Order: sequence, then C-alpha cells, then structure tokens
Amino acid sequence: MPERSDDSAVTAAPGGAAVTMRGITKRFPGVVANDRIDFEAASGEVHALLGENGAGKSTLSNILTGLYRPDEGEISLYGEQVHFDSPRDALDAGICMVHQHFRLVEPFSVAENVVLGDHRGEGRSFRLRRGAIEQKVDELSAHYGLAVDARARIWQLSVGEQQRVEILKALYRDARILILDEPTAVLTPQEAEVLFVTLREMAAEGRTVIFISHKLHEVMAVADRVTVLRGGRSLGTVLAKDSTTHTLAALMVGRELELGATPAGGVAARAAGEVVLELEHVWAVGERGDPALRDLSMDVRAGEIVAVAGVAGNGQRELAETISGVRSRSGGALRMSGRALRGGDPREAIAAGISYVPEDRLGTGVAPSLSIASNLVLKSYRAPPASHGPLLSLGAIRARAVELISRYSIATPGPASPARLLSGGNLQKVVLAREFSGLPRLLVAASPTRGLDVGAIETVHTYLREAAAAGVGVLLISEDLDEILVLADRIVVMYEGAILGEFEAAGANVAEIGLLMAGARAHDED
Amino acid sequence: MRIERRLHQPRWLILVVPAVSLVVALIVAGVVLLATGHDPFSTYRELFDAAFLQAGALGQTLTQATPLAFTGLAAAVAFRMRLFNIGGESQLYIGTITAAAAGLFLGGSGGPSALVIGAMVVAGCAGGAMWALIPGILRAFFRTNEIITSLMLNYVAGTLLTYLVFYSESYWRLTTGVNAKVFPTSKPLPNSAIWPGLTIHAQGGILLPLGAGIALLLALVLWLLNSRTRFGFEVQVLGDSVRAGRYAGMRVRRKILAVMALSGAVAGLGGASQVGDFAHAVDGDPNGLQKQYYGYTGIVVAALARYNPLAVVVVAFLIGGLQQAGNTLEGADFPSGLVGVLQGIILFSALGGELLVRYRIRLGRRNPLPAGGAAA
Repeated sequence: MPERSDDSAVTAAPGGAAVTMRGITKRFPGVVANDRIDFEAASGEVHALLGENGAGKSTLSNILTGLYRPDEGEISLYGEQVHFDSPRDALDAGICMVHQHFRLVEPFSVAENVVLGDHRGEGRSFRLRRGAIEQKVDELSAHYGLAVDARARIWQLSVGEQQRVEILKALYRDARILILDEPTAVLTPQEAEVLFVTLREMAAEGRTVIFISHKLHEVMAVADRVTVLRGGRSLGTVLAKDSTTHTLAALMVGRELELGATPAGGVAARAAGEVVLELEHVWAVGERGDPALRDLSMDVRAGEIVAVAGVAGNGQRELAETISGVRSRSGGALRMSGRALRGGDPREAIAAGISYVPEDRLGTGVAPSLSIASNLVLKSYRAPPASHGPLLSLGAIRARAVELISRYSIATPGPASPARLLSGGNLQKVVLAREFSGLPRLLVAASPTRGLDVGAIETVHTYLREAAAAGVGVLLISEDLDEILVLADRIVVMYEGAILGEFEAAGANVAEIGLLMAGARAHDED
Repeated sequence: MRIERRLHQPRWLILVVPAVSLVVALIVAGVVLLATGHDPFSTYRELFDAAFLQAGALGQTLTQATPLAFTGLAAAVAFRMRLFNIGGESQLYIGTITAAAAGLFLGGSGGPSALVIGAMVVAGCAGGAMWALIPGILRAFFRTNEIITSLMLNYVAGTLLTYLVFYSESYWRLTTGVNAKVFPTSKPLPNSAIWPGLTIHAQGGILLPLGAGIALLLALVLWLLNSRTRFGFEVQVLGDSVRAGRYAGMRVRRKILAVMALSGAVAGLGGASQVGDFAHAVDGDPNGLQKQYYGYTGIVVAALARYNPLAVVVVAFLIGGLQQAGNTLEGADFPSGLVGVLQGIILFSALGGELLVRYRIRLGRRNPLPAGGAAA
C-alpha cells in the first residue's frame, strides 16, 4: 500500500494530491492488467511509475488518460472525483500523455500536429493560423529547450525529435498533468539530462509529471517519489532519495539483477575474426533529400560487437537501412565477406546473411495484424520448410512458431494470435527469434532494447552476446551509452552522417564519447 | 450509450450481426412502405418470391449474381492488399470488348466450341488485366492514387464501349443488313461463341450459366491462393504493412502490378461471361450494361464478404436476388425510386452492422464508477 499519508509532507509538493487513483482494476481477456492499484501523484512533483513490461504501467496510464475505463476503482483530480468517457475528457481535465509509440500524423508538420485535437485554443478556429501556431511552438521549444523545427513534417524527423513534438503538444495545451511513457529510450545521456531539466522545470511550475520508466538511475535522477508495479499490483510508493537502484530493482523484478555487471573487458577476450561487413565512402540520401550518410567508412568483424553511438537523427537509421538494403546508397561501396552488394534490395541483403532488427518494431519489424506464426516466417517463407514451390506449408510454419515461442519464451496465447497484441518485450522477442534463427553472418540491431524493461533488456543483451560468440558480426546502433559500454567491443561515434571517432570499448572515455556525440569536433562552438 | 472497440471478436457475431441487420432493415423499410401506402408483409413476400421462388426467378437472380460474383472477387483480390481498384466496372467493359472480339474472330456456325469459349475467357482476362494495369503501373512507379485513376478510367471505358457501337464502324458493330442502317447495332456472336448453360429441372427450368460455375471455381482457387500460397502470404503482409513487407525482401512494385492485373483479369472474365452467357454481343448502349453498375455493386459485395472469396459468391447471390426482385417489383404503383430506397436501406444496414462486429455498444454504465462525467 502507498505510504501516502506522510509522503506529501516530505516532498516539495505545494499543491497536494493532483491525481488519486484508488482500487483500480482492469481485466483483459485472460489477464488482470491492473489489480486494485492505488496511486497518488502530487502537484509539483515528478512521480516515477516503475515496473517491468506487463507490470500494468501502460494500462494504468491509459486509464488515467481516458483510453480505457477501469472495471473497478475511482479516480480523483485535485480532490474531485472524475469519470472519463474518452481521452478527450482527460485532455480537457489537463492530462496529457507522451506515448511510447507516438501519436503523430506523419504527413503533417510539427505545428499542425501540436494543434491537432486541441479544440480550445488555436485549434478551435476554423482557419488554421499556421504562423501564430508556429510562433507559439517556437517559443515553447526555446523556453523548454526542445529543439525542433515547427515547419518540418513528422516523417522527416528522428524518433528523438518526434518525442519532443509530443512533449510540445502537451505544453501547448498547458497540461497540468503530464505522463511520459519511457521517454528517455530514444535519447542520449546528454539529451536525457536536458529532458530531466525540462521535466523538473515543469514540476517547479506546479505541474505533475508522471514518468514511466524502468531505467533505475533515471528514476533516481529525476523522480521525487517512485511507485513500483509488478504483475499488475502496486508494491507501494517510496521516496527516491530514500532508495537505491538496488532496492528498487529488487522490488521491481522480485529478484536481484546483475546490472551491467559484465564489463566490456569480459568480452574483449573474444577473438575478432575476419571482416564481415565493409562500408567504403558510403553516401546515402535521407527522407528530406539531404545527405544522411556522408562519406562513411567502417567495418564489422566476425564475432565482435561494434556499437554506433550518437544522438538520434544523425544518420543511424539511414546507416542501418542502407546496410540492410531498405535504402539505396548514392555513393560508395558496401561489401559482405568481400563480396560487393548492389544495395537497395532487402532480399539481396537477407541472402548475403544480413539480419536486421529495425528500430520500428510494430510496422516494420512485424506486420501488426498478422499472426505471430506468420511474423516468425516473414523472412524465411520463400524456402523449405516454410514453403515448397509456390505453396506454403502451414503445418511446418506452425510447428516452427511453436518451437520459437517456447525457445524464446514469448508470452502469447498461441501462434495464431496477432502480433499487435504482444507487449513491447515480447514483440521484440518475435523479431529477435526470427532474425537469429535466420543464421545471419551480420546482425544489425537498431535500438534493440528501446522501451523494454530490465528483464527483457537483459535477455536481448544475452542474445546479442551469444550471437557474437557464435561468430556473427554484430552492429549495435543505440542511443543508450550505458548499453553500448556494457556490450560493445568497439565504439564508433556518429554525428551528422559521418563517423567522428572510434574507440576500443575497454577504457573508453565516456565524457569524450559524449562530446563527440554532440559534434564537438565538428563545431567547437557547440 | 457508448461505443467501444472490441478487444476480441466472438465468432458467432459474424453470423448474428448480419441477421439482426437484415431485421432492422426490414423494420425501417416497413415504415417507408407503410408511409407510401404499401403493405410491408405482402411486399416482402413478393420480394422474396421474385428473387428466389417464382418461376424463372432463380435463373434471373443468377443472371444478376454472376457478374456481381466476378466484380466482387475482383475487388476482394485487390482490396486485400489495400489496393483500392474501383475499376472493376471498366475492366468488365473491356472484358466484354476483348472477349467479343475473340468470339467474333474465331466463331463458326456450329454449336458451342470449347476452343472459342476458351479463347474468349483468355481474351476477357487479358483485356481486363491490361486495363487494370494502367492504374497499377501508375501506382507502382509514380505513386499515383489508384482509387482516382481506376475510377476515372471507368468513364473512359464506358465512352469507348458506346463509341465502338454507336459512333464508329468498328469490328464490333453490325454494318450490313437493313436494321443496321437505321439504328446502330452490335454484331451478334456466332453460335460457337455462345456459352452453354446447365439446365436444372425445377421452377420450370433454371439455367445455370457457365459463368456462374466458373465464378464458383474461381472463388475456390482465389481462396486457396490467399491462404495456402506464398503469393497470398505476401499480399497479406503488404496489405497490413508495406514497410514490413519491403523489409522482409518482398518486391512491392511487382506485387502491385500482379495484384492489379489479377483483379482486372477477374473482372474482365466477368465481361467475357457477360457476352458469352447473357448479352451475346457487346452492349454499347449507355443505358444498358453501363447502368447495371456491376463493378460498383461488386465493391459492396466484397466489403460485405470481408474480402473472403468464398463469401463473395454467397453475398453476390443474395445481392443478385435483391436486384432481381427490385426489377420485378418495379411497376405502375411501385416506382423505381422506392425500389432503390428499399435496396439502399438493406445494403446500408448490412454494411452498418459490420461496425458492430468490430465495436460494441454499451448501454448504461456497467462500471461501479459513480457518474462523475460532469466533473471532467
């Protein structure tokens, strides 16, 4: 039970309880996602909601934002009981959420997205006053340090930039209560620091910030109080300053974890083999038509993990897409085991032994409405045993799905269940199961742990290490420096489509990497 | 009252919802009938008789249902990949033109010839496929919206059809004989190009057209193609997420072309059946084939059948019955506008009922939450 009686007195919470949820229960077919959860957050505090995937964090926040209705329980805002019939009611009550999967209209501009659905302010007018909205957005982004071009289209933006748009959306509406679902997953440590400053500032203005996360050090860094969820139940609320990462981790997963216990030195013992992937002076054009990769050269050897560090939107996505054939390159050479690839053809890349775990799981990594079994054969359906000639072997496909589901312990009602019903961690397991079972020679993993909980991250890391140990060249693209330091043998830093520096992981200087990620060498002024 | 998305769709709904929709439609239409001074019950009995029970009714219903089955299948094939081919209408027209050309060119005076009929089938498919490939190529290579291009081509094909018979001395127009001098007529197909039917001895003889049999077989083949082949798998993936398909190494452009061609071929085959089974000539009359709207109705058929080829055949039969009944009912005291209203109400509520399969309506508040909506 939450120790709510004395908490508000301890934390600097001038406004008292902003959100009170009591006895919230929500059942889905086969699961109780929320089981009599009590939750309280005060005005002027950053309140972390901590828990593994499937712990019920998303369900709880979806109830608070009016997306789901609870089966039981009640919600009060500022002491007044409320009942949300739709997300719009919650929005009107001043609750905004930044979802893990962004709710943005891709062909629209940033300013248009910000004003979308806002039926009270600028959005109320029949005529869209672009200039005024863009100016307001510019002011907000300057004030809160959320750098983004108000005129850019969403599809042109990196994931990190898209998140800023989501936060701007909430700020534009002057949300009193802001919920952020795994907000730091797409950010560099420096960017996360900036976000934390923004969040603290918002709290200081008297807003309530609910910060959903499973990254313990972030929770420790930004939160005033922490509510821990596990298996749909609340395990109580604690003060961040009275906790340690270890006590929180133990609460969250119910067991002790080895947090980043394997240093990079441990893997350095692996003998890096021959060169698998070679990029030579590669150029590629990004979505906006400007060069996203500029004269980029690098290589990956068999059995090593090469990590690409960098701030989101510096060409990492284009790098992964170019290697995996989804994007054509405009110049340079790409070789797999010495053999030149034409590029721009995913099938050629697959045949050459390149596996790719895309950053965008739902939509690229899997076809959401298709069954798990179908998604598991997405890349192998062309050959036996999944098909013979033009005909599919449904029995073999199902058998393989059953085997992979059990080997990768994917939590699902069955192989025929649609992929979109899976949680983020299980979805990633489906992608990994498929990509690993293709027996790749090179594995390109783009933000493979983004949005996953500690347990799932550990699993993904284990799989990546195993792949490297089995002689696969692994190219890890990650915005999470901690992850890179834990996993990589070699680190390259990407900035504006080029590689600014390369480090052996053992003895890498984090500060220097961070500076390079910010482009320090390119623009000394920044 | 609230509308909520269903988390999972019970199987029984798929049967119960259409049945309830029909009942609702009959009640609403009953009010309209009463208001216009008709007895609803006798009208419904007449409707049903006219569609299925009267002498010759089933045969007439099949005449309506056969082209709808083809256009329905054509739409279902393309829509499954979210390729919105609205051009079934014109692909069918072109199918009548090419199939008639094959029949006229090869035809002899003897009985039905398998060779001629086979050639007509091939020609109809080829004609429809080529016509559908125009929007297909535009979509695949220039990212043009296929809804608009295929729709616009319907008008082009309709005008072409009229032109061939009325405004030119084309291969399809009868240019000899007295009649032809007075009024433009299309060249009748030779006997060898007339498709044979299977006569069933009931209701005073029902003619099961060859086209209906082909449609049934085609539905089965398409169903197998969808569910049992690599091709069907790729179409399903691309229909769900083009990005996922491309990432998995599928050739998106090629698939767009193949699916549009297949969809057009199916509609074109409907055109071949139209000339071979029923019209026995190209119908250039702007108020003839072009006013039947088989292509557009086929889209409704496909939607009601949820793009399932086997269900398309069943739905085509029912909608064919509805159309046939409408034709029979129409008369001095039953204006065609009222027939249209009745058909509209039935189709509207059938399609509207689909909403209930995906969403549910909750009456009242089942939650123990006290009503506090006003606070928000």
